[in-house]
Amino acid sequence: MDNKGIEIRWHGRGGQGAKSAALLLADVAFKTGAYVQGFPEYGPERMGAPITAYNRISNKEIRVHSNIYTPDLVIVVDETLLAAVDVTKGLKKEGAIVVNTDKSADEIKPLLNGYEGRVYTVDARRISMEALGKYFPNSPMLAAAVAVGKVMDTKQFLDEMKASYAHKFAKKPEVIDGNMKALSLTLEELGEV
Amino acid sequence: MRTDVSKINESTPCEQLTEGLHMYASATSKTFNTGEWRTNTPVFNAEKCKQCLLCAPVCPDSAIPIKDSKRGEFDYDHCKGCGICVKACPFGALEMREGQ
Amino acid sequence: MSKKDRMSGNEAVAFAIKQVNPDVMPAFPITPSTEIPQMVSTYIANGECDTEFIPVESEHSSMSATIGAQAAGARSLTATSSCGLALMWEELLIAASNRMPCVLALVNRTLSGPININCDHSDGMGARDTGWIQIYAENNQEAYDNFIQAYPIAEDKRVHLPVMICQDGFITSHAVENILLEEDKDVKEFVGEYTPEEFLLNPGKPMAVGPYSVSNYAMEARYNQEMAMENSKEVIIEVARKFKEKFGRGFELFEEYRTEDADYIMLIMGSAAGTAKQAVDDLREKGIKAGVLKLRVFRPFPADEIAMALKNCKAVAIMDRTESYNGHGGPLASEVLAGLYRNKVMIETVAYTYGLAGRDFTVETAYEIFDEIKDVAENGKKVKQHRYIGLRSLEGDK
Repeated sequence: MDNKGIEIRWHGRGGQGAKSAALLLADVAFKTGAYVQGFPEYGPERMGAPITAYNRISNKEIRVHSNIYTPDLVIVVDETLLAAVDVTKGLKKEGAIVVNTDKSADEIKPLLNGYEGRVYTVDARRISMEALGKYFPNSPMLAAAVAVGKVMDTKQFLDEMKASYAHKFAKKPEVIDGNMKALSLTLEELGEV
Repeated sequence: MRTDVSKINESTPCEQLTEGLHMYASATSKTFNTGEWRTNTPVFNAEKCKQCLLCAPVCPDSAIPIKDSKRGEFDYDHCKGCGICVKACPFGALEMREGQ
Repeated sequence: MSKKDRMSGNEAVAFAIKQVNPDVMPAFPITPSTEIPQMVSTYIANGECDTEFIPVESEHSSMSATIGAQAAGARSLTATSSCGLALMWEELLIAASNRMPCVLALVNRTLSGPININCDHSDGMGARDTGWIQIYAENNQEAYDNFIQAYPIAEDKRVHLPVMICQDGFITSHAVENILLEEDKDVKEFVGEYTPEEFLLNPGKPMAVGPYSVSNYAMEARYNQEMAMENSKEVIIEVARKFKEKFGRGFELFEEYRTEDADYIMLIMGSAAGTAKQAVDDLREKGIKAGVLKLRVFRPFPADEIAMALKNCKAVAIMDRTESYNGHGGPLASEVLAGLYRNKVMIETVAYTYGLAGRDFTVETAYEIFDEIKDVAENGKKVKQHRYIGLRSLEGDK
């Protein structure tokens, strides 16, 4: 992350946790001492409708309060959105996109309107089922956003998330390990980005 | 009394009115002689009165005084002559008379 | 010591409410302000504050109950948005005319219709003549800071008026951003205890609130209320100075961002002011002398102060995030222009309507506006005096 910071756009469907993931990302990036912004763009609040959420993370104070039109990074939480939404619109060529899918990056590329930048895929469904036994795509996608966006050191990320889950799930400690596993599995599978 | 009603009237300058026209006082209606608005007058006949006290609570102006569980003569300074008490009396102890 | 944290605008206001710990909060949920009563009731359930929360059946009731509680002697508040504020309309005037120092946390959302849940200022502006003090925030920090200042302003003897603390729906209310929070004890010390001289539940000292007033009294009462609004200006400034002394930040009636030598100034309110400031910095790098006047206090309206702040610039863009349907511009434009004329400040102006019902306001939009008013001032370009930003039209620019 350079001084100009990073701008991230999330595409998801209402109820999938894309907004929560954006807020969690703001939360964890804050721990590094960065200036952060995490906000949703609300449509008619229907479960399953395409929704957008955004992050700005910077070393300088963030004053802009508009949506993000030329993101550095796009995270697609639901593969089916590729057909419905122009997810790479405005995405910087030197930026990257991460798609939740069981397909490879090469298989996804043709679906991205000729986007020439870096493409990553994360099989959040498999990872989530393996780690949690349920399909919650936002933990894997959060880990992918941190790694691909180079928001922070991944070791520090995992430490911060552990503390944050311990607080958030104080009454359900059994889900902490599963969520942590989902994060580290994602980071492992992505490898060097 | 914190608000001296006798010193507030329709010539009072704005600076001397209370904030929000709050009234920092109680029972200020007593100082207004609404009895002069009366065109018909209820008359109390003590001989026919059984002291059932059905008249007092229906009076909108609290113009029927009660002392030691008994009603007394009307408070004509505040009775506006509406006649509700006359309708409420089961014993014909109250009658309306024309005029003040 | 200030503590660095991050939270949304709604969280920030709810946190300030918890710290101030008012006596009574009646509220009814409405997007996007719902989280405020929701979070406050959680604080209450967790024993973190002992405000009496009253769930009511409508906003008409929440404002009525707020007035009732305040008149009874309790420090009171409510929160709402949009149609909720509209439903309070009658009570808003009653709160102000009865000189109730209660507080309303407004999360600005457009008024219907077309029905929409997103931000503009039509709700707050619709209540601009109800006798409430109105303070607008650029971000979560200002929403927090303004709320802490609300009671010290409202309860000042020179004022005794209700205060509306406004922030932009979703744009700040639902955006997580960095914030500096103050210690509970410092906030409590700043706000102080509420010790009304006269109140309804005061044994042995009965009073009447809201008596019928014949014509021979009502006009004097209205004038007194207007005087309180005028007086509130100095109180707002005093409280802002005290706040800055204690916590080291904040603005008085408005913020002047790089306006000192500015040729072109954008006068704007709320979250878009931050976006405009970014545009100013970018334009300054290109040698264009741009500046932003961010209005913080809309009621009382600092007409003369604004005129003085603008008097040396060549052109000003007056930005309204609402439509007045008056045929010649939004409320900010009308009032700023009146102030300029009265002070004989004859600079170029253009009234812009932007951001209705959540329409985005970007740095690029701000560039275009600065570019246009520059063209007006330098080249005498003729533009309509009331323009719409980013409108789709067959006729091009409107």
